[in-house]
Amino acid sequence: MAHSGINILFEGRNMVRLLGGLWISAKIAIVAIVVGLILGLILGALRTLHNPILRVILRLYLEFFRVIPTVVLLFLFYYILPQNFNINMGAESMAMLVFALWFAAEMSDIVRGGIISVSPHQVDAGKAIGLNRLQLYYYVLIPQSIQLMIPATINLVSRIIKTTSLLLLISVMDVINIGQQIIEANGQRYENGAFWVYGFIFILYFILCYPLSLWARHLERKEVVTANG
Amino acid sequence: MANELLTVTHLVKNYGKKEVLHDINFTVEKGSVTVLLGPSGSGKSTLIRCLNGLEEFHGGQINFEDQTITPGFKKWQPLRQHIGMVFQSYDLFPNRTVIDNILLGPLKVQKRDKNEALAQARQLLKEVQLSEYENAYPRQLSGGQKQRIAIVRALTLNPDFMLFDEVTASLDPEMVRGVLEVIEGLAARKMTMLVVTHEMNFAKQIADKVLFLENGKIVEESSGHQFFEQPQTQRAQDFLSSMDF
Repeated sequence: MAHSGINILFEGRNMVRLLGGLWISAKIAIVAIVVGLILGLILGALRTLHNPILRVILRLYLEFFRVIPTVVLLFLFYYILPQNFNINMGAESMAMLVFALWFAAEMSDIVRGGIISVSPHQVDAGKAIGLNRLQLYYYVLIPQSIQLMIPATINLVSRIIKTTSLLLLISVMDVINIGQQIIEANGQRYENGAFWVYGFIFILYFILCYPLSLWARHLERKEVVTANG
Repeated sequence: MANELLTVTHLVKNYGKKEVLHDINFTVEKGSVTVLLGPSGSGKSTLIRCLNGLEEFHGGQINFEDQTITPGFKKWQPLRQHIGMVFQSYDLFPNRTVIDNILLGPLKVQKRDKNEALAQARQLLKEVQLSEYENAYPRQLSGGQKQRIAIVRALTLNPDFMLFDEVTASLDPEMVRGVLEVIEGLAARKMTMLVVTHEMNFAKQIADKVLFLENGKIVEESSGHQFFEQPQTQRAQDFLSSMDF
């Protein structure tokens, strides 16, 4: 067992580096999720207003981020923005921006769906007691739709975490990039190093995403029971 | 006349190209109860909803207190504190307790002192015999209880005028009485009200004036007594004879 592949993970600082890479991925995902949540909530609420121009603009924004593959978005922002628009950001910041804008776009659709599913009678009742539009959103529509939004939002969070695996394409030192470096550096001594390194990364992603998936499923089931009850 | 709280003049309402309310004219005197009757689909709910801006109207005007309201009027929001409305489906906010439902308007819209608004809310809850439900959620209440809370929610804004849109239509028969008693109590205290209802005995008892609406037109306007004893139009006679009361 002197050369068991699993040892590649414990060679030198490999484990620390892999976990460091995971932290980079998580940091990008966390910033993107926080910024995207706030922005998505605002944009989603704006999409429910009856302003046709605003609606078209926000719809185009959503479709742009939905239709274009994430890899292309990353390349677009990482290579084209600095070259053609003289915007220079580090790879990590650029990744946070792309993921935040993507999250906000998808989130806006979840928020919009949640808000429009609140009964119009509730809007009438809110108006009838004199609430203004902002108060109507704040006290009536958003609190009542949040429960509907949570499962889809958790799924979106899990998608963002998984998609951070593309970060190596714009040279971010994420867990996959570091994993590859480790495999290449130790390739001669550990022939099946890739199996263990990627296996370990698989487990890391699984530990992050599976509880989220279970939680979303639990909430969805609870929602069905509440709706029927 | 100084005694008029609300005057509706030549009001017209369209849905797309279709005119659904035609040349509506009536007045509501302060302290009176006006009952709006008519078959289903005659435009009663649409009309009552035009009076607090939940529906737009497209012609004519409404005068409420010293305010003149014409089509496209945008300043409904401050006005709605003076025009309370109760709906058929109660429409309490399910995520808020009874007391939070009641206090939302007084505290957030009228910016009143919390203790003062709370004291008023508790007094009104006592009057509708629901004091012990202050901290309950709407889902824990029966239909009749919810509707009485909805009335309290509207009254806590101290409105000058109350609109009731078929408030007993969703209730079990044994729940109806409790809600009607609350409205009768308000009538006795000279609250100005416009009531849409299918409860004929109640209408007969409470109405100072009846507006009989059919196909979006007021086809008869008379005192409550006259409408039920000697209706002037054939349509009103047919309507009354078709109702079981």
